[in-house]
Amino acid sequence: MQTELPPPVAPPISRASSPWEWMRVNLFSTWYNIILTIVCVVIIVVGISNLLRWVFDIAQWNVVVTNLQLFFVGRFPPELYWRVWLSLGVLACLAGIAWGFSRTDARWLSHSTLIALGVIVAAVILLPIPLSSRLWLVTIALVATIGYAAGRQLPPNLSSWLPVMWGVAFLLVWWLIKGGLGLAPTPTTVWSGLLLTLLTATTSIILSFPLGVLLALGRQSPLPVVRGLSTLYIEVIRGLPLIGILFLAQVMLPLFLPPWFRDLDRVLRAIAGLVLFSAAYLAENVRGGLQAVPRGQAEAAKALGLGAPLTVSLIVLPQALKAVIPAIVGQFISLFKDTSLLALFGLLELTGIARSILAQPEFIGRYAEVYLFIGLIYWIFCYGMSQASRNLERKLNVGQR
Amino acid sequence: MTTQRPRVTRNTPKFKDLLRDTRFWRVAGQVIAVLLFLLLVILVVDNVIYNLRALGIQLGFGFLGSQASFDIGETLISYNPADSYGRAILVGLVNSLRVIVVGLVLATILGLVAGIARLSNNWLVRQLALVYVETIRNIPLLLQLFFWYFAFFLQLPNVANQITLPGSTYLSSRGLYLPWIQGGAGAGVWLLLLALGIAGAIAVWQWRTQVMQERGVRGNQMLWALAPIVVAIALAYIINGAIPFRITLPQMVDTEQIEGGLRLSPEFGTLLLGLVVYTGSFIAEIVRAGIQAVPQGQWEAARALGLKSGRIMQSVVLPQALRVIIPPLTSQYLNLAKNSSLAIAIGFPDVYFVASTTFNQTGRAVEVMFLIMITYLTISLIISLAMNLFNRTVQFKER
Repeated sequence: MQTELPPPVAPPISRASSPWEWMRVNLFSTWYNIILTIVCVVIIVVGISNLLRWVFDIAQWNVVVTNLQLFFVGRFPPELYWRVWLSLGVLACLAGIAWGFSRTDARWLSHSTLIALGVIVAAVILLPIPLSSRLWLVTIALVATIGYAAGRQLPPNLSSWLPVMWGVAFLLVWWLIKGGLGLAPTPTTVWSGLLLTLLTATTSIILSFPLGVLLALGRQSPLPVVRGLSTLYIEVIRGLPLIGILFLAQVMLPLFLPPWFRDLDRVLRAIAGLVLFSAAYLAENVRGGLQAVPRGQAEAAKALGLGAPLTVSLIVLPQALKAVIPAIVGQFISLFKDTSLLALFGLLELTGIARSILAQPEFIGRYAEVYLFIGLIYWIFCYGMSQASRNLERKLNVGQR
Repeated sequence: MTTQRPRVTRNTPKFKDLLRDTRFWRVAGQVIAVLLFLLLVILVVDNVIYNLRALGIQLGFGFLGSQASFDIGETLISYNPADSYGRAILVGLVNSLRVIVVGLVLATILGLVAGIARLSNNWLVRQLALVYVETIRNIPLLLQLFFWYFAFFLQLPNVANQITLPGSTYLSSRGLYLPWIQGGAGAGVWLLLLALGIAGAIAVWQWRTQVMQERGVRGNQMLWALAPIVVAIALAYIINGAIPFRITLPQMVDTEQIEGGLRLSPEFGTLLLGLVVYTGSFIAEIVRAGIQAVPQGQWEAARALGLKSGRIMQSVVLPQALRVIIPPLTSQYLNLAKNSSLAIAIGFPDVYFVASTTFNQTGRAVEVMFLIMITYLTISLIISLAMNLFNRTVQFKER
């Protein structure tokens, strides 16, 4: 038996790295690294100086400033803007609650929160928007902060209520935008801009969810016919470009339906196309989650006397869905980007409204400014969601090892 | 001691028991599924027939033979407006395949470079690659195509003031003109022999590698593999007596016109650039994840053997990373092929664009949709099959 401990090993000498040391290691370690560094510096300097010169000297931003409202809410009637603001407030409050709820560390504000706050404040001050919009923005930021504070105080056993609250908020927002039930209804032809992009993307992903889960279960089913039909649907849709499916939805759907559906709303047709498309991809994501659930779980449920429907809905699906939340967020991001294709079918979502603005005679040729601006909007949403999804993944601890 | 045998009761099966029987549900579920599916099909077909009759359209592919009478901007195979719709769609298909094949190759190269750059030990290279990936991935491809087309290609100067790039390459709003190799008479023989030579070179390379592994002597694969190619070229020269290839350089004939070389139209250039840059950013992330999936020990072991870092990447890490890379790479390839249909946004005549024009002229929604589906499903299937075959060769070969 070994009684003596091995002699203690001295800890590695930690060298306080000076900036020079850091640069030697990270930029100039070998001769080809030196060349690469020089090339990169040249690219960065030339690129950024040209970009800055273009942004401040050449670009004419009045096309963006003049049409700011068009980009965001398009041709939504101005007297009903309060409904959009109110929807935004509801969502901001809920987002604040969810965020405050999901934070576990004791610090009240993290760096990212501070950066987000700074960006919002800068936006409120700098954006050339009317006073009423500024007030609305400040109020929404306040509501979100209150939500955040409230979310931090909530007891953790309320977590299952969050999805329900999101569902209610979704219906509330649809009601506020669409009208009816006491509010003046708005025709879908005035829905445009970022508003339409967000509405179509969220509605499609939510509606495609049940269909996608059913298809995933169908593809895993022991019944050959069900499995075959589900697989056929999934593979055919995944083999087609989205533009083809939107063509199907815009042109063929009225042919498939009885004659009294002939004048189906264009926005609804677009959503139908996106749902059909998204369900196939969602099914594949969910299938990944179903396969990740150990077989023993289903067997244990069977041993307890649960039937097949109960086993799936109580044991297998909850675990599978939890495992694929990040993948679903990723899918939502790509669907959000894909809504730009609706512009090719005459819908005025963000890309479509940009094209219609560019068609105005006074703004002809201002392509770079407009496309960069809406590119920035898309980028902020997608990048923000992908970062949030990365955090969520870490929190759920279900990502790839 | 007598054991009492359990009494076997033969109850007639009750309906309630049936509902609990999985064997019953196994059959009933399928019957219900089939019935629902048939019901859906019948409803749809019935509606289509009714609606088409109301619109006065008859189903059938006969229209493919009638005259198209629209022009197509760029064609690889001969076409004029007097040709049939079928010919027009074929022209579109060739255009699609051209952009897909070139796009796949270039996107793979770009993605590989950017993915390796994401892991470079040079901080600046790493950050540049990160900025590229995170910027491009988060902006819709359609918007990028609009940007490249309207804000870049169409803003280029006209032919008279075109930009001259090194190597006789010209860039103007008419497109990109590159030097190109032109084959003359007898080029077919040359290409055939060259292909045979390359095939021979690969075989010789594998044989020498095997020799090197089995006998532990130097393989000299490079030298040996050169031999079949040299033989092929010599043979071709003997048969043909001349080299049928010459390089044509784009040259300005007058201030308006350029002749010679290869012209890439702004539409083709935009689509290719957009697809390559967009797909490349996704491939970069796949390559990065694949390389990171190779255990650190592999690097260290290779370094301990004295291999240089380029060599380690090429012969130790990438072959193992490929196992992880191929499946998601396949789906990116499929995405590129499907996204090539966005050509319609900038007016490049790919198969979707031509089919859509055909629909606008003839109103044949069902047939055109069917053609589009068959085309893209076939392309997707071919890519999947090829990648699955390739995937099989890179998977672990366990003893």
